[in-house]
Amino acid sequence: MGARHGGALSARYVAGTSPVHRLAPQVKLVAVLAYALVVVATPVHAGWAPWAYAGYLLVVLAAAAVAGVRPGRLAGSLVVEIPFVVFALLLPFVTRGPRVEVLGLSLSESGLQTGGALLAKATLSVLAATVLAATTEPRELLRGLERLRLPSALVQILGFMIRYVDVVSGELHRMRVARESRAFDGRRRGALRVVGAAAGALFIRSYERGERVHLAMLSRGYTGRLPRGPVAAVPSRDWLAGLSLPLAAGAVLATGMLLG
Amino acid sequence: MHVPDGFLDAPTSVATGVLAAGTVALALRRAREELDERTAPLAGLTAAFVFAVQMMNFPVGAGTSGHLIGGTLTAVLVGPWTAVLCMTVVLLVQAVLFADGGLTALGTNVTLMALVAVGVGYGLFRLLVAVLPRTRTGLLVAAGVGAFASVPVAALAFVALFAAGGVADIPVGTVAATMGGIHVLIGLGEAAITVVVLGAVLAARPDLVHGAAHLRSADTLLRRPEVLTPRGPAQR
Repeated sequence: MGARHGGALSARYVAGTSPVHRLAPQVKLVAVLAYALVVVATPVHAGWAPWAYAGYLLVVLAAAAVAGVRPGRLAGSLVVEIPFVVFALLLPFVTRGPRVEVLGLSLSESGLQTGGALLAKATLSVLAATVLAATTEPRELLRGLERLRLPSALVQILGFMIRYVDVVSGELHRMRVARESRAFDGRRRGALRVVGAAAGALFIRSYERGERVHLAMLSRGYTGRLPRGPVAAVPSRDWLAGLSLPLAAGAVLATGMLLG
Repeated sequence: MHVPDGFLDAPTSVATGVLAAGTVALALRRAREELDERTAPLAGLTAAFVFAVQMMNFPVGAGTSGHLIGGTLTAVLVGPWTAVLCMTVVLLVQAVLFADGGLTALGTNVTLMALVAVGVGYGLFRLLVAVLPRTRTGLLVAAGVGAFASVPVAALAFVALFAAGGVADIPVGTVAATMGGIHVLIGLGEAAITVVVLGAVLAARPDLVHGAAHLRSADTLLRRPEVLTPRGPAQR
């Protein structure tokens, strides 16, 4: 954590020069959001839904291949889903409605469908978001959010967070090293108090650093807003390239609706 | 417990999104009253703190460890509106950079963890602070109870959202009982961590704790006795 090269927030970033890396960040953000919207809009109980999920999967895997994101990294990113996998696995047991027998278990038919659909949708969205995170640096994403008219105060807060999170987690890491070199044992009684004191000290240091940063900015003429860099217009060719991801998914959805 | 894409239907996602956007807009305005023009650097650094501390493992007894969610702790430390902004920024970073929590579910996540968790935790904290004795212990108990309650209440709010706009027909009572039961345990860990961290900050820099303003107002204006005693001419 922290002390590693590259920093805590860039953990998902893979440096590269693929066409996806070169796209403007706001294009990628809009594309991933639109892709997620298409995936979410797929009707759960339609008979063709599994085919649509397979189509979406092909689309996002193609995007990952263009971006040069390795399959292992994609699979690893699915770990964040685990708490909700448990929830989705429970659905067939607790959903009301007609039951079916599967391997001697009485499961709800609609629960099976919904549980599967939830897993499929969540997985597809996580894959798309992983391609985004793997091809876009945190600072670039901030710029993209700014272009997409996120309130400037929020952009500033986000900017300070992105800039200082490595400093703060580095401090946390050094505290842990110091603690453990003094023979700290997490399983002993009273350990919570020791770790809690470290977290308290971390807050004080972070807050005081914020005060110093603010004073340093004031001395450089900060008036409450940050100057924006020059805005380069994104050529429509780039928008088209980026939006090919949600457009392809949309085509799959439309096909399903027309034929199913 | 970040809600991924597709768990709630479109109307519920849109409704929570609008609610979250309104809350953040209000918080942006009110946070300036808590931190004036220092909002951006201080809230940014506090958000970095929340992000870092969420990755910390705290031993919470019986060989188990938990991590902090931090809504109540942040609200007591820097004020509820700044806390809403910090939690929102952390959720945004987790959704965009870690694929943790869906982009279309961002409004839902902000509603649950910034609005409901901070609102319940801090609301209960204020209520108890008004009732309990005005001491350090009273403050810590109030923060602990607020932190404890915020976790199961946020979980139940999720169950309510799922019952209203979920994509499955589930027996709400059973699921609420299960989710509530699990999150009561998580809430106990959250309360223990919140109390210990808050106690540590109170011991070192009580002036930084937003929720402890009522504790320090009594003695900050006390004069040191030696300043009052007139000095002899020899010392001039």
